[in-house]
Amino acid sequence: MLLRSFRHAVVGVGLALAFTGAAQAEKVLRVGNDGEPQSMDPHYISTVQTSRLSDDMIVGLLTYGQDGQPIPGAAESWTISEDGKTYTFTLRDHVWSDGTPVTAEDFVYAWRRLLAPDTGAEYASLLYIVKGAEDVNTGKAGPETLGVEAVDARTLKVELTAPAPYFLAQLAHQTAFPVPKHAVEKYGRDWTKPENIVVNGPYILTEWQPKVQATLVKNDKFYDADNVAIDKVIYYAMEDRTAMQKRFRAGELDLARDIASEQIDWLRENMADSLRIAPYAGTYYYVFRSDKEPFTDARVRKALSMAINREVITEKVLRTGMLPAYSFVPPGTANYGEPAYADFKDLPYGDAVKQAKALIEEAGYGPDKPLKITLRYNNAEDHKRIAVAVQSMWKQIGVEADLFNTDGKIHYADLKQGDFQVARAGWIADYNDPQNFLFLMESKSGPINYSKFNNEKFDGLMAEAEAVSDLGQRAKILHDAEEVAMDGQPVAPIFYYVSKQLVSPKVIGWVDNAPDKHPTRFLDLEQ
Amino acid sequence: MLSYALRRLVTAVPTLFVIITVAFFMMRLAPGGPFDSDRALPPEIEKNIAAAYDLDKPLFEQYLIYLGRILRGDFGPSLKIRDFSVGELIASGAPASMELGFSAILLALVIGVSLGTLAALRQNSGTDFSVMSVSMVGIAVPNFVMAPLLSLVLGVYLDLLPTSGWGSGELRYKVLPVIALALPQIAYVARLTRGSMVEVLHSNFVRTARAKGLPPRSVIGLHALRNALIPVITTIGLQVGVLLAGAILTETIFSWPGVGKWLVDSISRRDYFVVQGGLLLIAGIIMLVNLIVDVLYGLINPRIRHN
Repeated sequence: MLLRSFRHAVVGVGLALAFTGAAQAEKVLRVGNDGEPQSMDPHYISTVQTSRLSDDMIVGLLTYGQDGQPIPGAAESWTISEDGKTYTFTLRDHVWSDGTPVTAEDFVYAWRRLLAPDTGAEYASLLYIVKGAEDVNTGKAGPETLGVEAVDARTLKVELTAPAPYFLAQLAHQTAFPVPKHAVEKYGRDWTKPENIVVNGPYILTEWQPKVQATLVKNDKFYDADNVAIDKVIYYAMEDRTAMQKRFRAGELDLARDIASEQIDWLRENMADSLRIAPYAGTYYYVFRSDKEPFTDARVRKALSMAINREVITEKVLRTGMLPAYSFVPPGTANYGEPAYADFKDLPYGDAVKQAKALIEEAGYGPDKPLKITLRYNNAEDHKRIAVAVQSMWKQIGVEADLFNTDGKIHYADLKQGDFQVARAGWIADYNDPQNFLFLMESKSGPINYSKFNNEKFDGLMAEAEAVSDLGQRAKILHDAEEVAMDGQPVAPIFYYVSKQLVSPKVIGWVDNAPDKHPTRFLDLEQ
Repeated sequence: MLSYALRRLVTAVPTLFVIITVAFFMMRLAPGGPFDSDRALPPEIEKNIAAAYDLDKPLFEQYLIYLGRILRGDFGPSLKIRDFSVGELIASGAPASMELGFSAILLALVIGVSLGTLAALRQNSGTDFSVMSVSMVGIAVPNFVMAPLLSLVLGVYLDLLPTSGWGSGELRYKVLPVIALALPQIAYVARLTRGSMVEVLHSNFVRTARAKGLPPRSVIGLHALRNALIPVITTIGLQVGVLLAGAILTETIFSWPGVGKWLVDSISRRDYFVVQGGLLLIAGIIMLVNLIVDVLYGLINPRIRHN
């Protein structure tokens, strides 16, 4: 009996010690982030590297779950009107990190601020689906005309211009985040400084040393703080992928959010247990200036696109697990189904080259009159390797391509101004919906429709899809639209992006996903 | 002396003005703007952003606004890291840059002077020839070749030190950048010290000191070296400009979070105000150091007086 009590006591003390030991050991996640954050103010964020920090700090009406899919966040529930144009959200009863309740007014204030012209928010157009948003943002109407209303402290009503099934997914994006009205009004531009910042999410900024690191610590006032395991997360700003990889190998980082692609073979061989390659919602493509000779002729565009051997590019040139692309919308995109592929997808490459050659000759080019074009890309080793490969593929069909490379700023400025013939571009989705890809070819999209594609049928289908609230019907219309685009080939999709990163086997709870969202609140570390 | 310094400060103003003007217009003439990225912005949003930074105004008006700001001590906002002003960014990068610069100068002085003295004492010996030929290589091989070479050999092949980065500010991250920046300076200082030392060792006062029977240590340490160092100290001041240029390269190659790396990154990001502010800062430092050196030179060398 005595022995048993003694045993109990020993076990009890042991458990208590183990428990306090666990409670004391601070869990710190060290992340190699492949870019410097731009701002901690969600209205001034336009890079994924920055959104990783803001997603850890602020929770929108919806937020990203462990698998990257939107889950309820600041809103605990919502109703949608029958016409799909009015959303009514009930906010969760929760507080900002200074104890002030999060109210519907914080959202109204935030969205009006995002869209106010003098805020100069780069991403404001993402919320143009909200009634009156475009007019507010272009200064045609006052902020009070925006279709968003705080019915009471915990009820938010939003009106849309059209039924948009992607609206809920958009609400997890940082543009739709609330901002603490009381803090922004008190500190102005300085509200995001570590000493002033107020958040409603799982982590709060305590230190930011530009070019070096930003440190976030757990916010105990977060509504789900009990289920947050990591106490502190440090984001190291590391643009040099090789250096990041070295630090990861040395055990100084738990996550490296990008890899040095040229070392893929070595990584596969030596770090297979850490290497994570997963489909990523984005497409790498070449764009043809479709309103200028010689690319006004759809046959020329199609011939050039057909002659690109995508399999060689993904398997021989890049070798990082990218998938060859024959559609603009990547497979697996929400609210869609199978994308519309170009009709030459299943053609053996030899036949594709023959047909491409025939098309080019039909368009009036041949050995006596070779087609001479310039292919532009922005400086980066991979872009260069792809361009060189494509140049030689085009040579087979008698097309002479000069390569022209510039720094990124010049490249994109020229793309915007239409100063190119064929150019490299890429698109990563802001929200998981085919519309977020296809709109790039709509004539009303302005400069981002680099190709200046102006196809009535395509535009008509896109407009039709916007007005439809039935998901199945909408998916079909969008599919038809993509079919038109893949037939006209204003763009030649080359491959679908993959996310490439190193995740230490010590990290628990990491789920590969296409939006590539991995909120720290769902992660844990094996001690 | 004071009036000389003041006069020099006043004449610095037009030079700085020219630098501000050139930096301003060169940045604006560069193709591509700060907000061009893989996502072309809708024109109306681009207009809003431009207006938020006064970039929509005529260029000359923007220039006047900028001049007005500089006069008030405001270097403007960063267009790419919006939570920081240019002043704050420079302040955050300055300690790292100064650490790099001072460590390199210190290393150059200690090693350079020792090697130079050693070579001078054993003039025309094997030691002398090897020190001088190695230092010739040090001067001849530019910083931008030496830095990656060091990183490759010591960082990658031998895996002794981190190839680049700042880590959490640990010493091992700092070794390579400091050595890379200091090497040409070590070589320079060694050659200078040797030349000056050889001359001093043949002068009358050294001969007198020796004749008095002073031990060699105090002849060299107390008498010869002190005099031999005068030209070294004055030229190291003038070398600050060279050092700054080297620091920009070194910081870029080793991803060192100092002002130089900011400057280079900001050029490719077209972060106008950061580049302009950074250039102004560097120009200011070079001018200030030159002024200090000139004043000191007058103090050290009685043959020169600024009246």
